[in-house]
Amino acid sequence: MYTASDLRKGLRLKMDNEPYIIVEFNFVKPGKGQALYRCKLKNMITGSQFERSFRSVDTFEPADLREKKMQYLYKEGNKYCFMDNENYEQIYLTEDQVGDAKNFLIDNLDVEILLFEDRPIGLSLPNFVDFIVTEAEPWAKGDTVSGTTKPVKVQTGYTIQVPTFISEGEKIRVDTRTGEYLTRVKG
Amino acid sequence: MSALYDDDNLCLTQKKQILNLRAKLIHSIRSHFIKHDFLEVETPLRIPSPAPEEHIEAIPSGNWFLQTSPEIYMKRLLAAGYPRIFQISKCFRAGERGNKHLPEYTMLEWYVSGFNYFRLMAQCEEILKAVFTDMGHAECISWQDRKIVLNSPWEKITVADAFARHAKISCTEAIDKNQFEEVMVDFIEPNLGINRPTFLYDYPVEHAALAKRNLGHPDVAERFELYIGALEIANGFSELTDANEQKQRFEKALAARAKKKWAQYTMPEKFLSSLKNIPESAGIALGIDRLVMVLANTDCIDDVVTFTPEML
Repeated sequence: MYTASDLRKGLRLKMDNEPYIIVEFNFVKPGKGQALYRCKLKNMITGSQFERSFRSVDTFEPADLREKKMQYLYKEGNKYCFMDNENYEQIYLTEDQVGDAKNFLIDNLDVEILLFEDRPIGLSLPNFVDFIVTEAEPWAKGDTVSGTTKPVKVQTGYTIQVPTFISEGEKIRVDTRTGEYLTRVKG
Repeated sequence: MSALYDDDNLCLTQKKQILNLRAKLIHSIRSHFIKHDFLEVETPLRIPSPAPEEHIEAIPSGNWFLQTSPEIYMKRLLAAGYPRIFQISKCFRAGERGNKHLPEYTMLEWYVSGFNYFRLMAQCEEILKAVFTDMGHAECISWQDRKIVLNSPWEKITVADAFARHAKISCTEAIDKNQFEEVMVDFIEPNLGINRPTFLYDYPVEHAALAKRNLGHPDVAERFELYIGALEIANGFSELTDANEQKQRFEKALAARAKKKWAQYTMPEKFLSSLKNIPESAGIALGIDRLVMVLANTDCIDDVVTFTPEML
């Protein structure tokens, strides 16, 4: 059980049977009055946000959240299938739950699945993922202007800006937090 | 600035400027109190039990506590025949951490025998005007995007009038609905001390644990707060000198604290018995850190101290 004095940015609570994360927090206390703990809370399943202030007498239940390493297997309709590496059980996330991470989900990628009371609700990607370039315009000889980039497609269908010397079939490393090209990978 | 970690923060030119400002301010305050014939005193920081207040929690120190304010010992000095005293000391309050709160902060507190809260407001205004002048702000000070005029008479407004002017519900209604603090924070405070410093006065008795009741209006206590740039700077009042009423208020606060399962304080009996000798007087506590915030034009208290608890 948490009390109001435990509240801080990033704390995860269970309210009305759903997990919430505190995205903004401020402590205010006018004069000799009661302290107010002002929070902006984000629902970790729906993403909806709301503001509420709490008092020092309020108590909160922690949200039972944990991460588990799983492997991405395939997409079926608008569902994404992952396999638990320990017990080979399969779980599914919806397109909404996967969000922008879908651009980086290559077959057999190890990801962390976020579980709320053992129910999968989201995932986090490794910071760096290596892709194969599946479509790229050939490098025009003589185009030596530094700093220029061109768009290429990778195996997930995601389009990314890379340096002009990258060609089809090459392997590139991408930072999944920014979605940006980092380096060419040999071999 | 507050996003930086560790001592990188202390290397910044802006930080150095603010700490210089702070030192100069404390020097100026001290010199004006001495000029006004005040005696500087030091009372113990570590005490057996703070004055019981419902919404202020002390930090334990062994079997005792760190002071939440020097109030009860300064009043014992008043009762013992020290008519004009001031103190600049550290105060400690558990769980208070925000943009405008630190659990350890610096308070200027002064008491004047023979004064009521109106004379104290006038003296507070006079001394602070002199201090602002020392700091290079004789006429006005920039606050956020505006200018706060300092050299004309400061505004005075009662709590009831401030609710009528700025809030959708009356002060009484807000207390009945247990919304006094929310309305204060959201609708009243943002409007106070914006064009010139504002004294908000005549607080509901429930919000003034150690202040004297107003004889003409027994529902309000002779308490005031000074606001500059929407920031609460100081809290003062005509001292309650009736030991019986003081004891009843302490008992009420102790009961409320017990209900919340907060630390149990003992009844400050020595303080209560000293009240029979206390003259009519008024006292005020002023947050030094908050005043530095105004002078430095910042809305984050982290900017005005050497180290925050997180940096230790």
